[in-house]
Amino acid sequence: MQACFKDKVGDVLLPGDVFSFQMPESITDSKPEKVVCGPGLRRNGDEVLVCKSGILRHKQPNLYWIDSQQRRYVPGKGESVIGIITAKSGDIFKVDVGGSEQASLSYLAFEGATKRNRPNVQVGDLVYSQFIIANKDMEPELVCIDSCGRANGMGVFGAGGLLFKVSLGLVRRLLAPQSEIAKDLEKMFPFEIVVGMNGRVWVKSKTIQQTLIVANLLESCENMTAQQRQTLFRRVADGSI
Amino acid sequence: MRDTPLSNCERDFLLKAIEEKKRLDGRQTYDYRSIKISFGTDYGCCFVDLGKTRIMAQVSCELITPKENRPNEGIMFFNIELSPMASPAFEMGRQSELLVKLNRQLERCLRNSKCIDTESLCVVSGEKVWQIRVDVHLLNHDGNLMDAASIAAIAALCHFRRPDVGIQGEEVTVYSTEERDPIPLSIYHMPICVSFSFFQQGTYLLVDPCEREERVMDGLLMIAMNKHREICSIQSSGGIMLLKDQVLRCSKIASVKVSEITELINKALENDKKARKTGGKFGFAESLPQERITALKTDVSPVEMSDVKEKANEIVQRAEVPPQTVPSPVLTAPGTGQVGEGLENSWGLEEEEEEEEEETMELEEGHKEKGRGDMVVISDSDSEEEDVVILNQVTTKEKASSSNQQGAVASKQKQKKKRRK
Repeated sequence: MQACFKDKVGDVLLPGDVFSFQMPESITDSKPEKVVCGPGLRRNGDEVLVCKSGILRHKQPNLYWIDSQQRRYVPGKGESVIGIITAKSGDIFKVDVGGSEQASLSYLAFEGATKRNRPNVQVGDLVYSQFIIANKDMEPELVCIDSCGRANGMGVFGAGGLLFKVSLGLVRRLLAPQSEIAKDLEKMFPFEIVVGMNGRVWVKSKTIQQTLIVANLLESCENMTAQQRQTLFRRVADGSI
Repeated sequence: MRDTPLSNCERDFLLKAIEEKKRLDGRQTYDYRSIKISFGTDYGCCFVDLGKTRIMAQVSCELITPKENRPNEGIMFFNIELSPMASPAFEMGRQSELLVKLNRQLERCLRNSKCIDTESLCVVSGEKVWQIRVDVHLLNHDGNLMDAASIAAIAALCHFRRPDVGIQGEEVTVYSTEERDPIPLSIYHMPICVSFSFFQQGTYLLVDPCEREERVMDGLLMIAMNKHREICSIQSSGGIMLLKDQVLRCSKIASVKVSEITELINKALENDKKARKTGGKFGFAESLPQERITALKTDVSPVEMSDVKEKANEIVQRAEVPPQTVPSPVLTAPGTGQVGEGLENSWGLEEEEEEEEEETMELEEGHKEKGRGDMVVISDSDSEEEDVVILNQVTTKEKASSSNQQGAVASKQKQKKKRRK
């Protein structure tokens, strides 16, 4: 059964592809094999269906998933995202996170906020926050504090900086520990960066020129090999572009 | 679905960047994004890429009865579709304000400028005229839809061919493309829209605004112009006050841009014509890669199996007797090669030599010509390395020379011969 998957690891698969297995007629001495299906794979009876387009990846011992370059975000519990405040209504804020539905954010879910001491948040502001409720059927809910009541890096953004969108795949690459893209970028010049799991990236640097450079470099990283990226970064660092 | 809101920080950043004469994608103030024009397999199908904005235009025609007050004029019809594919903010089947604005502007740009000879579309006065329909579909929205739509529409109209018609007395015949070559529309000039966006109450001006720039702009000025520098339509929206100088300056810029774009369209049309004439791949077919099967499973397709045996027997009986095949008269002697079905495999004596078989055979053939005693073999084949291999020197030379493949084959050849002897 695993051989069927292993055969295709690293290949491009499309939605609608089917992995079908020849089930042994008699379950005797051999133990049944187990496979864990990650994002993009779905079980349907005796078959496994592909439901996203992308590259099949494998992690020992039996984890398989589809690595896609999708841009539409689907909220997941515990993920940190960049949201835009769209409305203030009563004691909650409505936040756009790029999902199918707007998330709600209580005004008490900020560090040091009390009923009297409301946080200063305007419509159109950016917030970096975390999902505590993210279900298919319910309105997602965000908070800007951790379980100890500390901000822990979350909250409202200061003025300035540029927000732009990249694919979710690039965001995951950026957030991976020891990310090579982040390491290469760090060498150029100092800048602040916030990466949300919803594909939004916020960058702020000393000048507008530098901010634009970082933003454009990140956008162009999407479809580049490590070598191409490094040569591009070197050229930018030398000031030839 | 509602559109992604614009955050305050983006707005501030964009305005500050425009003040510093910088744009998000590194363009200059008067630069267009890169324009790509490609045509589909059908006549009158055109795709335009303006940066990330992508638009498809398809022209079609139909014979209808004309309007009563204009009995000998054909009818032009323009239709723009904003599909949710272009942007999640667009909804299907709803007449949004943007849609009406775009449609109206496209009509003003192409119909009211009389760029197409509508009288040539008349077949029988008062009874039958051609209606030319232009469908513009938005495939991706990244700002400046009007310019891209006008380029796509005019390029599609230039590319379009309508079927030829013949009139004999009362009878009207529409010929298919196989019977008679279809006729292009007669187009007098090519009006193209150029958009200018204004910021800070008209202090700053940008050509070809992208989507985010469109969101923070104060006003928009659209000028439709042809390459003869005739203004076909001009429209200002957003409610800003423009000075006379500004409008004049914009029209000057527009004339430059329009002549560039017209040239681009003409070049694209010419390329497409050439590709069609040579019969090579053009339009959509060109962009399709080689077919590759990515499916992991194919369904079992049913095959009729009931009376296969009888049918096969019938065919065999009806078929003529196949010409008698004589087994190859060539005697297989050591050193001769045979390839083909039903023949005795006489070459490739050892399995381990499989890789070099081909070259060995070449050598053997060369060898045959020269006779058995001759030790000098010239491999006169079309192999990549045309080397002269001298066999009796192999033992001494080979050690010195590099282990190239030809040498290796030669040494094997030598071994083989020893065995044969």
